[in-house]
Amino acid sequence: MNAVPQQIAPPGEVAHAIRARGLTRRFGHVTAVDGIDLDIPRARIYGFLGPNGSGKSTTIRMLCGLLQPSAGTVDVLGHEMPRDAEQLRTRLGYMTQKFSLWDDLTVSENLQFMGQVFGLPAQRRRARVAVVVQEFDLASLFKQRAGTLSGGQRQRLALAAATLHEPELLLLDEPTSAVDPQSRRDFWESLFDLVARGVTILVSTHYMDEAERCHELAILASGRIVAQGPPQQLMSEIPAAVVEVEAADTVAARRALVQDESVLSVAQLGTRLHVLIDPATPEPENRVLQRLRAASVAAQSTLVRASLEDVFVAATGFGRAAGARPQD
Amino acid sequence: MLLRLFAITCKEVRQLARDRLTFGMIVGIPLMQILLFGYAINFDVRDLDAAVVDEARTSHSRALIADLQATGVIVLRPPSPGLPDLRRRMESGEISVGIVIPHDFERRRLGNDRAVAQILVNGSEPMIDAVARGLASVPLPVRAGDYKSRTPVFEVRTEYNPERRTAVQIVPALIGVILNMTMVIFTAAAIVRERERGNLELLIATPIRSWELMAGKLIPYVLIGLIQTTLILTVGARIFDVPINGSLLDLYLAAALFIAATLTLGLVISTFARTQFQAFQLSFLTLLPSILLSGFMFPFDGMPPLARMIAQALPLTHFVEMIRAILLRGAPLAAMQVPAMKLGAFLVIALAIATLRFHKRLD
Repeated sequence: MNAVPQQIAPPGEVAHAIRARGLTRRFGHVTAVDGIDLDIPRARIYGFLGPNGSGKSTTIRMLCGLLQPSAGTVDVLGHEMPRDAEQLRTRLGYMTQKFSLWDDLTVSENLQFMGQVFGLPAQRRRARVAVVVQEFDLASLFKQRAGTLSGGQRQRLALAAATLHEPELLLLDEPTSAVDPQSRRDFWESLFDLVARGVTILVSTHYMDEAERCHELAILASGRIVAQGPPQQLMSEIPAAVVEVEAADTVAARRALVQDESVLSVAQLGTRLHVLIDPATPEPENRVLQRLRAASVAAQSTLVRASLEDVFVAATGFGRAAGARPQD
Repeated sequence: MLLRLFAITCKEVRQLARDRLTFGMIVGIPLMQILLFGYAINFDVRDLDAAVVDEARTSHSRALIADLQATGVIVLRPPSPGLPDLRRRMESGEISVGIVIPHDFERRRLGNDRAVAQILVNGSEPMIDAVARGLASVPLPVRAGDYKSRTPVFEVRTEYNPERRTAVQIVPALIGVILNMTMVIFTAAAIVRERERGNLELLIATPIRSWELMAGKLIPYVLIGLIQTTLILTVGARIFDVPINGSLLDLYLAAALFIAATLTLGLVISTFARTQFQAFQLSFLTLLPSILLSGFMFPFDGMPPLARMIAQALPLTHFVEMIRAILLRGAPLAAMQVPAMKLGAFLVIALAIATLRFHKRLD
């Protein structure tokens, strides 16, 4: 029972940590994940960016074998999922979206328990617990019940538990959704430390700044991948020109701009407007100014670099188009 | 493998020890129930309120009334002037039994063709009816203090419970009822709670096997069940003088088998229920038929065939049979093969259903 299953391919020989083709999952009439293709390289942080309900959690659950795909194939660390899910358990680390360790057990008891469940022998378990406690700064909380921890502390405990058995692949489902900004920064430091040791990390998020930290990114909307690639590349290859407008009367400026057919989307940031324009438009910043002058709105405009949020808006159909599109 | 089983058991015990309310229920529920059932449920009905309409007013009619009162089953309230008043008093609940002695009582007494008197019974309450039928068999006095020596056809001897005390009939089976109640609810809730709180999603993503998870969770409850058995037995023997005629080892073996069966029933429920509330509801769904149909309160043989078929599928039925035999009749476990095998069959089938239904997946 404890025998290590013969590995189909040793870690080094499989180029990809995860490869999925046509991955689909339906719940009744609803298609939560719709024909996703993934190639996630080893020792990288790969991000899933998308709003709630875009299929991030469902995809992660299929990748770790907790949900059966309705269609498509998944290969994780050289094994077919969900067929080989049980063989892969000790090589995967999974952090659920909701804190799911035991509130009525202490930090130490939770870690001991997870170590036992993963079958670590006593000596190794003690050593590993000591290591993660130091790594995730849990020493002062060691005897505290998990239920009394703050959001950031819980999340450190959850990551400590998920990495206790030294998995090669970590699947993290919105790990920072209930965490303050400082804890989030510390958390990402820890993730980069893990990647430096060769761990592959798949992390889902709806924070743009977190998505920007990933080596590679997939943007999900309504169960589909609408854009995929390194964040820098996605930002430079955005199919829109980005113009920032500074206007005294932002409401009037906004009203004037949305009537222009070359304007794809307008978002307000304080006193500024972030305008996405059809890339075929020549001199987009002047086009915007002309439009505003015609509506007698005093304003200044500059062509700027796209942010990841612009990429997200562009990829999900520029807001108004997405609103008109029926749910698929 | 044993490490993981042990880890789950340890965790359960630790959590139980910290959950003061649940821990209190382990001891509290059996104690409350045995005291409640032991004192309140009493089939030896005494001191029923009764009133008499004596239209005959003869020495014999007074002698009959005195004899009825002497049984201790009824307590006479002031007499009624007539039948309508008697009915009104019964309607209002003032009396449960009415005795009507007609004006032609003497003639009826000497003739042999008609009943000499009438007993009216409030049939809306259980048990009273049977009591009144007992009253009706009080022999007729020839004259006060003297009876026509009418020898009864049968002499009734109640074996194993000569004093016919209800506690002796109730307490052994009560062990089963209490175990049934707590074991099913505790296990169903223990697993559903982890599903509800999200712990299960984490657990099934670990190398733990389904049977390790289930067995690890059940082991502490087997111990709790045996503690409850001991508690009820002790209280039953000390306070209600329930005899322990059979071997204690046999008794605990039977109890362990029954506990295992009820725990697996809890497991099956846990695979259906999504929330703890649903788990409670489903548990009660199995509890009520168990109490009513198992022979705990009503004799099993008097039930219609359908009820008996349902009762056969309930573990409590077989345990009640076994525990009464062992505790009161001093029967050895070896003589209880049929109910033991039925319990075993229930255990195997329920375990198979639970295992088939529990997947290490979310869908």
